[in-house]
Amino acid sequence: MPKDLFEVKKPGLLTTIQDDGRTGYQQYGIVAAGAMDSFSMKIANFLVGNSGDEGVLEVTVMGPKFDVLSDAVIAICGGNLSPTVNGKKVAMWKSFEVKEGDKLQFGQPVEGSRAYISVAGGFDVPVVMGSKSTYLKAGIGGFEGRALEKGDVLRRADTMEGKSGRALHYDEIPSYEKEMEIRVVMGPHEQAFTDNALETFLSSAYEVSPKSDRMGYRVTGPQLEHKTSADIISEAIPLGGIQVPANGEPIILMSDRQTTGGYTRIATVIASDIPSLAQAMPGCKIRFKKVSVEEAQEIYERHDRFTRTLEKVSG
Amino acid sequence: MKLDYHPLGDTGIQLVFGSEITEETNQKIRMFADYLTDHPIDGVVEWVPAYTTLTIYYLPTKLSYGSLRKKLEEISEKQQGREAESASLVYIIPTYYGGEDLPFVAEHNGRTEEEVIESHSGKDYLIYMMGFVPGFPYLGGMPEEIATPRRENPRAAIAPGSVGIAGSQTGIYPLQSPGGWQIIGRTPVKLYDPESESPILLESGHYLRFVSITKEEYKEIEEAIERGEYVVETEEKKVGITS
Repeated sequence: MPKDLFEVKKPGLLTTIQDDGRTGYQQYGIVAAGAMDSFSMKIANFLVGNSGDEGVLEVTVMGPKFDVLSDAVIAICGGNLSPTVNGKKVAMWKSFEVKEGDKLQFGQPVEGSRAYISVAGGFDVPVVMGSKSTYLKAGIGGFEGRALEKGDVLRRADTMEGKSGRALHYDEIPSYEKEMEIRVVMGPHEQAFTDNALETFLSSAYEVSPKSDRMGYRVTGPQLEHKTSADIISEAIPLGGIQVPANGEPIILMSDRQTTGGYTRIATVIASDIPSLAQAMPGCKIRFKKVSVEEAQEIYERHDRFTRTLEKVSG
Repeated sequence: MKLDYHPLGDTGIQLVFGSEITEETNQKIRMFADYLTDHPIDGVVEWVPAYTTLTIYYLPTKLSYGSLRKKLEEISEKQQGREAESASLVYIIPTYYGGEDLPFVAEHNGRTEEEVIESHSGKDYLIYMMGFVPGFPYLGGMPEEIATPRRENPRAAIAPGSVGIAGSQTGIYPLQSPGGWQIIGRTPVKLYDPESESPILLESGHYLRFVSITKEEYKEIEEAIERGEYVVETEEKKVGITS
């Protein structure tokens, strides 16, 4: 029987259930969604003994306040949004036990912008089209297809005990800098841009705009000029695709991007750098660095080996 | 058939089948996608057909860009000169043409409402791709004689099933959403039902035909759908395209 776990006293800015996203339905126009920072999501799951792609709570900048309704093992990973239990600071990247009657609350954002809360056994929400991820615009998945609201009661699946005190080695804990290098594979529409635009893109600093959300990160900086047109015949758009509309300002496509789009794309952020980008706050400075597909895939393999090792250790 | 290949980061590859929107290009994309369905490649996660491209997402731990590209080139060669293995389907969409903007569309084009209905229904529209919102079909083939610009004041909420015209495009709203299309009718058929085992009715590369029904028939079908007793009619269609 699922058990009541959290009662929402304050929902926070945007708190949703997310997992690894919805795959297999993009050809029908269904957005992938999923955790913005999939690395932190996976680690949070491993630390409590879940499989890596179990649904977790994604907390955005200003976190929620929960009353704990039953004892459980949880972990909080990702951005440091000052989590406390009964007013006392709790360690991140480490599983711990919460007790009935505890108050779990977030404070000021210190570093990064998204935190992930996992619970041993996972949150008890329906799997819709193969995923627990919330896709807000279509009201699919997660907790009733929406962000948490005051008064909601979240339940957990009562299938496992979980272990507290498991931590990620401090050497492996990512730090979220105010300036970051984001690696990209160029294309597919490089030929739509002037040589000057291509050079500007790779040599300038871009600033994350406050108009950034789960759909996309807008960045401001030197404008990128097209040779003739900014429009293309609509085609599939990938996670991390950097589209440049006619105004010359890049938008990096994130988890809730539409499945298809009609703007030229200058490059694609490599999968391994999406998690750090997902933690970038408005005002962060980004520099794009070109890598080859082969290099990107070597980096991918390395990251994958690391998470698989952790999975083995935790499983 | 020579395709262009582009990497989309480290987890995607885009196949370009042509530079213009044509029925033939789209059918080649459908044939290629059908082949992938029938002959799965380990490591391929999913794919998204569009007007002139097919985008394939994959796991770099199972497939490198180079090895996947090679496999796709081989498939492309095999596909050459082949006819479609499966016929296209035509989804029959019963539509009650009583939309609020039907009089405007008629007036704008100097036609009667009956002429607009006759022009819009009874023909097969190719579903070039799906996107925009879950289950929305991008349809090709609407007669220019009923083309009408979008509304100057978009509506805040358009009911699911609404059939509309925007410029020379026509489409159906799968779920309630804001929009500026000229609404000429409505179908009781659900294009999108998240609770269903197959949540999306339509598939790109196939066809769709609007069939005019009365208000009473609309009610009957709507009730049959609620009872779970309605099955959307389909017809097979020979396309006769070789790649």
